Amino acid sequence: MDTLLTLFGDPNVWLPITFAVLMGASILIYVVLDGFDLGVGILFPFAQPDEKDRMIASIGPFWDANETWLVLAIGLLLVAFPAAHGTILTALYLPVAIMLIGLILRGVAFEFRVKAPPRFKPHWDTVFWLGSLLTALSQGFMLGLYILGLAGDAISLGFALLTAVFLAAGYAFIGAAWLIMKAEGDLQAKAVRWAKRGLVGVVGGMAAISLASPLASPRIFQKWFAFPEIVLLAPMPIMAAVLITVLWLALRHLPDSRDRWSFVPFVGAIALFILAFAGLAYSFYPFVVPDQLTIYEAASAPESLLIILIGTVFVLPAIIGYTALSYTVFRGKARELTYS
Amino acid sequence: METLLLSRIQFGANISFHILFPTITIALGWVLLLFKLRFNATGEERWMDAYRFWVKVFALSFALGVVSGITMSFQFGTNWPGFMERVGNIAGPLLAYEVLTAFFLEAVFLGIMLFGFSRVPGWLHTLATFLVAFGTTMSAFWSLVLNSWMHTPVGFELRDGVAHATDWFAIIFNPSMPYRLTHMLIASGLTVSFLIAGLSAFRLLLGDRDKSVRTALKTGGVLAAMLIPVQIFVGDLHGLNTLEYQPQKVAAMEGNWETRGNVPLLLFALPDEEARENRFEIGVPNGASLILKHHADGVVPGLNDFVAEDGTPMHPPVSLVFWSFRIMVGVGLAMLALSWASAFLLWRNRRNADATEPRQTLNPWVLRGFVAMTFSGWLATLSGWYTTEIGRQPWLVNGVLTTAEAVANVPAPMVLSTLIAYLATYAALLAIYIGVLFYLASRAARTGREPRPPHHAPATPMAIPAE
Repeated sequence: MDTLLTLFGDPNVWLPITFAVLMGASILIYVVLDGFDLGVGILFPFAQPDEKDRMIASIGPFWDANETWLVLAIGLLLVAFPAAHGTILTALYLPVAIMLIGLILRGVAFEFRVKAPPRFKPHWDTVFWLGSLLTALSQGFMLGLYILGLAGDAISLGFALLTAVFLAAGYAFIGAAWLIMKAEGDLQAKAVRWAKRGLVGVVGGMAAISLASPLASPRIFQKWFAFPEIVLLAPMPIMAAVLITVLWLALRHLPDSRDRWSFVPFVGAIALFILAFAGLAYSFYPFVVPDQLTIYEAASAPESLLIILIGTVFVLPAIIGYTALSYTVFRGKARELTYS
Repeated sequence: METLLLSRIQFGANISFHILFPTITIALGWVLLLFKLRFNATGEERWMDAYRFWVKVFALSFALGVVSGITMSFQFGTNWPGFMERVGNIAGPLLAYEVLTAFFLEAVFLGIMLFGFSRVPGWLHTLATFLVAFGTTMSAFWSLVLNSWMHTPVGFELRDGVAHATDWFAIIFNPSMPYRLTHMLIASGLTVSFLIAGLSAFRLLLGDRDKSVRTALKTGGVLAAMLIPVQIFVGDLHGLNTLEYQPQKVAAMEGNWETRGNVPLLLFALPDEEARENRFEIGVPNGASLILKHHADGVVPGLNDFVAEDGTPMHPPVSLVFWSFRIMVGVGLAMLALSWASAFLLWRNRRNADATEPRQTLNPWVLRGFVAMTFSGWLATLSGWYTTEIGRQPWLVNGVLTTAEAVANVPAPMVLSTLIAYLATYAALLAIYIGVLFYLASRAARTGREPRPPHHAPATPMAIPAE
């Protein structure tokens, strides 16, 4: 045990970093995976009833597992950084509660829309949309509050409202990109139009956060704009600009006649989300509560972290393996879902 | 009302709502595997028809369990930060192992189990069904390890008030874990037995003549009759374990104020915490002493031994624990009566087992009894949990951390507003859930049987969406 603890040097350094990386990865995977199925929910009102069934079919086998990444992320915050966990979640008390009710509503609507008497189906579709939207908005609101340091002043709240709308647009974008890949015909054409509008929201959101976070925190300003960082980091905004251009061009030419490029928007969307996330992670490291508490100060006892890490090393490859199996089983265009 | 009480009611409401659904999915997963394996072995469609109906109930219950479970994982932080700050070194790894070994497994293979029947080979579908059942049971295992540790904490040391693990084997196999886990798993089995028997009886009473309904009814009834005596035995062992480690809880369960011998088994009483005595006692002489100590003059601990020097009670609220316990036992006895009566009738009518007239299978009054007891498992499970969890008060972790020390300093009106929102959501969802289960049963009864797919059918747009 002791030799394992010092395997990579000081356990009070390498274990918190490892867990920060694991937690960050879980959040990123969550945002991408549940992002697309929340986005599909946000787009619900723009679709016809038969298209709604196909949209549900495209996410039905996955959404449970997608949401599990949120449980893992919050679980890692809880177990690895207990001091930060309490501070962050009590500061975000109301948006968390709203998000949870949103998640409950959309989760049950999945089931009830086809199991309750058919006359209620349109109502459950509305519940599904509302739950998805509430979830996305409250997550964006929390992101905004977090970026501005979990303060409750008017500027923070205003900024948080803005990020709420932008994150919902971002989810709608990746949801539309998912549908371009999984749908055919009219629905696919519609999804291309949705994706174009969503991309505008994504660009707006990334611009707003890139401007606001250095202005709000001198530390973040220093990390990005001091020399030589400004040169070394230049590839990040350049890559983002290239990706956005590629996405826009792709969307203008989709759907293509032989459906060979329909995967491009979704892959591009993932790359864009990763870039945005990397930027945020760089800005906030080493803090887990912005400018208040670092990952080293907030971390649990090394022995407990090591126990979790050992399990993770063995189990995570299995999780990735059977998740891949599931996406392979349900690959291709989404058809109607049946239990038989 | 104060923040502590509101936060406790909120967490209690959340966990009560949540536990209803895992209680169903833990055992129903194994019953579905049984249906699938019987179908694989016999090729009889009635097993697959039963599977097709009950997998819908499983999917619905699973979704409700997932979303209410996510809520709980956040409430640790929003309302009880002291819990993770003080015992996070123990609770954290246990929760992490639950997510890693259970949540992903069940969530991923649920997709294949529900929607993969025509997409994957038969063996993989059976394996997915097994892994979902296994995952739900693993989840129960880790939850109950942590919960039991909160009742009987061992294998740690306190440094500056923070618990540090010293012996993980002792933590996982803590003294109350084997009893609590077994008690809960059987409770899940009983809940599902009565749910299956209840909805199947409902379909029979509506005139449903499908073979799969009687197959399901028999499965539920026989399972119930087999499990209930085991549960009573395990419950007794669990009670003796509690007597050893949490005597104040047993004192509250028995409504016993003074430590003494020849304690009666109270059938009815109104415990009065102000006067520290019971009103309107009706009891069986020496009953509690006999059950707990196995002889008539056995000494049973009393609540008055658990009062701090300044007069603060260090025992749980008596009436709630006393009555929750009696409701649980009462429901258990009703389960015993009904399941054994029906098992006896089934055995006597076994020659008619394949009769086409459903009422020949069982007396309509027995069927009505099953319908009435469809959700009796929920009642027993909840009152059992109230007994043990309220019985833990004022401790959050017995002898280590009190509930009051762990609560977040969120303003009471804020907790009240979220509490109201959760309660309204849960009440509505619970009513809808029960309504939809009976709707699914009556629809199946109307249409004769579950729509069967044509063999080797490609997933065409003709199929019914997500049913």
